[in-house]
Amino acid sequence: MSKYLLNKFLYTVDRDPDLVERYRTDPAGTVAWWEAERANVVLNLPGIERSTWLEFTGAEREALATHDYVKLFELGAHNFLTLTLFIAMFERDHDEPLGFQLEYARKLSHFSLPYPDIST
Amino acid sequence: MATVAAVIASTHHPFYYRASTSTGADRPPFADEWVAKIEAFRETLTRARPDVLVMVGSDHFHQLWLDNMPQFLVGKAPFYDANFYNEEREFGLPRMFVRGDEDLSAYLLRQGMDAGFDLAFSNELRIDHSITCPLITLRPEADLPIVPIYTNIFAPPLPQPKRFVELGRTIRQLVESWPSQARVAIIGTGHLSLELGGPRQFGPHGPDPEFDRKAVGWIASGDLGSALAEVSLDSLWLPGNATHGFMDFMLMMGVAGENVKADHVDSLDLFHTMEAYFTWYPEASV
Repeated sequence: MSKYLLNKFLYTVDRDPDLVERYRTDPAGTVAWWEAERANVVLNLPGIERSTWLEFTGAEREALATHDYVKLFELGAHNFLTLTLFIAMFERDHDEPLGFQLEYARKLSHFSLPYPDIST
Repeated sequence: MATVAAVIASTHHPFYYRASTSTGADRPPFADEWVAKIEAFRETLTRARPDVLVMVGSDHFHQLWLDNMPQFLVGKAPFYDANFYNEEREFGLPRMFVRGDEDLSAYLLRQGMDAGFDLAFSNELRIDHSITCPLITLRPEADLPIVPIYTNIFAPPLPQPKRFVELGRTIRQLVESWPSQARVAIIGTGHLSLELGGPRQFGPHGPDPEFDRKAVGWIASGDLGSALAEVSLDSLWLPGNATHGFMDFMLMMGVAGENVKADHVDSLDLFHTMEAYFTWYPEASV
């Protein structure tokens, strides 16, 4: 399992306003592009010093490509990274204050302690 | 030697700035009470007449990342830009800019390492809301030089709670031995019970009011014995999946001293998390 790479996707998309919009409107395409072009870029190294071994598992790729934050929680993606990015993408679709955040909580309500391990 | 003019610990609620500056229909019903409590809290720092602020917080996956994650990091830079795009986006926080005190940073780094903490450092650090929230609440002019200290309460494996307490004790000793005439306030922010990205998030109160009640009592009375006996890396998952930020409160209890009662204690039960504010005046207790 590559929790680190899941987190790297969430982290790098969340900090880029254009990527946030691109991931919102074209999740599968954005995930495929990111895995091909960005997954192996070490964040403080130039592109020529890329890693060579990072890739998603099938379940991880599917969860990201379908905006399935419940599955991301189950897979051990970092809860803060997932929450922050998904608020950025979907809070705007809810009229009530905290509407998205509360729906998010409801969809995770079948989880009990201990939650999936987020250690990387 | 420098004087520890105040020791201050609080939560860092990123929604305070927006709540306190909003008007009309946008102003939440709890804003006025919240602002009144913050203004009283701010006065506790103003009264201490600080020259320098040591500010303990935690980077929320902004500049510090999993390819190179420090446990304890001291900023050593002449200036710090502050707040990030996603904090503007989600919380409406403003971009900020503060001066650094490189002399105190250098002293804490050298002496801290010699005291047994192999501290990481950063010469170009952009600080986030764990440090800007207390600036906004306690010193909105942001006119004093700071030394930011980041702890990892976020990305396991984390240091043990006792290590946070020991670091707090060490910071206190080092500031008191800093060869300077400055009055230093040591300010740190953490969490009470908190859930982020989990099923208990954004409830009408913090996820575990009983933990919050106990925790406020431990902090207010300096009861490190009970806090250390009851809190572990495993137990902190129970009150909420972001409650490891309580270890920054434990660090500040180490700064304040065991069984030293806080001179100012206040709290505010809000949605999502309880707010809590504590100030100690070490000079008065000497």
